[in-house]
Amino acid sequence: MKLKQYLPPARNLIIAVPWFWLALFFLLPFLFVLKISLSEPILAQPPYLDLIREIEDGFVTIVVNFSNYQLLLEDSLYLSALLGSLKVATVSTLLCLLIGYPMAYAIARSPSHWRLPLLMLIILPFWTSFLIRIYAWIGILKGNGLLNNLLMGLGLIDSPLEIMHTPLAVYIGVVYNYLPFVVLPLYATLIRLDLTLLEAAADLGCRPWKQFLLITLPLSMPGVLAGAMLVFIPVMGEFVIPDLLGGPDTLMLGKLMWIEFFNNKDWPLASSLAALLLVALILPFVLLRHFERRAEEAAA
Amino acid sequence: MNRRLPLLITILLFGYAFLYIPIVSLIVYSFNESRLVTVWGGFSTKWYGELLNNGPLLSAAWLSVRIAALTATLAVILGTLAALALVRFRRFRGRGSLEVMVTAPLVMPEVIIGLSLLLLFVAMETVIGWPAGRGMTTIVIAHTTFAMAYVTVVVQSRLAHMDLSLEEAALDLGARPIKVFFAITLPIIAPSLIAGWLLAFTLSLDDLVVASFVSGPGSTTLPMVVYSSVRLGVSPEINALATIIVGLVTLAVLIAGWVLWRQEKRNQLDAH
Repeated sequence: MKLKQYLPPARNLIIAVPWFWLALFFLLPFLFVLKISLSEPILAQPPYLDLIREIEDGFVTIVVNFSNYQLLLEDSLYLSALLGSLKVATVSTLLCLLIGYPMAYAIARSPSHWRLPLLMLIILPFWTSFLIRIYAWIGILKGNGLLNNLLMGLGLIDSPLEIMHTPLAVYIGVVYNYLPFVVLPLYATLIRLDLTLLEAAADLGCRPWKQFLLITLPLSMPGVLAGAMLVFIPVMGEFVIPDLLGGPDTLMLGKLMWIEFFNNKDWPLASSLAALLLVALILPFVLLRHFERRAEEAAA
Repeated sequence: MNRRLPLLITILLFGYAFLYIPIVSLIVYSFNESRLVTVWGGFSTKWYGELLNNGPLLSAAWLSVRIAALTATLAVILGTLAALALVRFRRFRGRGSLEVMVTAPLVMPEVIIGLSLLLLFVAMETVIGWPAGRGMTTIVIAHTTFAMAYVTVVVQSRLAHMDLSLEEAALDLGARPIKVFFAITLPIIAPSLIAGWLLAFTLSLDDLVVASFVSGPGSTTLPMVVYSSVRLGVSPEINALATIIVGLVTLAVLIAGWVLWRQEKRNQLDAH
């Protein structure tokens, strides 16, 4: 910590530069989302009426318009999109944990010189293009795709399974893309697990599955929760996966927002949907911060 | 432990098969003669040829690479500053808000980042006249904002585990702090800066959603081209593109892995 005593002027700069960048380009934009969500849509460029209008020179008036939020409440489309997002995010978080936990466990228990390559293999697909990974699944899942060809070739099914444009395809896409975000934090907690605890339990006659339930699982909870939040929060607003793999009945907030913005050119309504999504994410985000802080304290 | 070994190996085999079968299928079918992606029509490299003749796709790719390089450089500078602030300075005004602002972009849905930045850019243009229109500049700003959060995480963990005695020795010997930073701190955290740069580069190169919101006419990035052609239907050219990307990424990871492995070996030798 000695460096800081020598660096008072640089210190302020080191803090101020990233702080102001993020305040300007991350925090401030949310205020504009709120502002535009309270304005009226018009056919112009930009397609909304400013809240603050000059009536006569010098006199300004503020016109606030709640009709966008009213529409969100009245039209059941938006409520079902919120529920749809919640459902997809919850189910795929659970699926990621069910698949990711055994994988993280197996990597953490593998010989030490195997761990780095195994982890690299988990991260490698994440470095290739996200869009292209989704696109690969289209080729596998569609009516005359690889999976159906394989199953029909083996004589297991007579007619192609309809997986593309169903919720199942969305779950496959989400789990495929978000699996590394679960495996990595889980691995980090499992590798720090004190194995002597398990040995002590075994010596005292505790069965392996009971050791897992009573020791391993509770001690890996920070990893479970961090992984869960890293999947749940972004999936709530996911657009590409439901758009390319889901069908017209896959209603999710991110997709609906995209449609309101790009297809209907309704910026105010898109903004109010963004505000709704933000509110829905505040609680999980606070939880994520809480678990991160606890993990930091545990590490320190 | 040995009794459970077969189970663990099976889990890993299934897990990695799930991760890699889609990628392998893309690579195999990129060499398919037939336009029908799922019918094998013999070996051919013609889709690679078509890819090289696809002008809009190539110019989009070039734009994306330039945006990604600029983004990665800016993100490394800003992310390193944020990491230094958070690791080296225990207490300062704005610490809590800085912590939240560098964590939130990691999980913030892209649609929100994209829309909110677009609204900011539109408002800024009407008030101060900058940025005039939207294009490469606005995309770089938007990408830097979320990519720097990833850089911060990577650099932060390196800084937190760094041995401070070298810095202290240099300071005690009378080196100026700025010199200590460039001669000692920076070389020590260099691997994390490179990792952060590559991560930011990939994130920027891969982004469809944020760029769609903040781009303007004439600034179409590679993911936008890929997205519209995927929406139109499966196209074998995309398979060829995917294979090239997977090849480059694998090469980069192998080189990085080799460098890390050598470094570790050298450290082990030094320790003995």
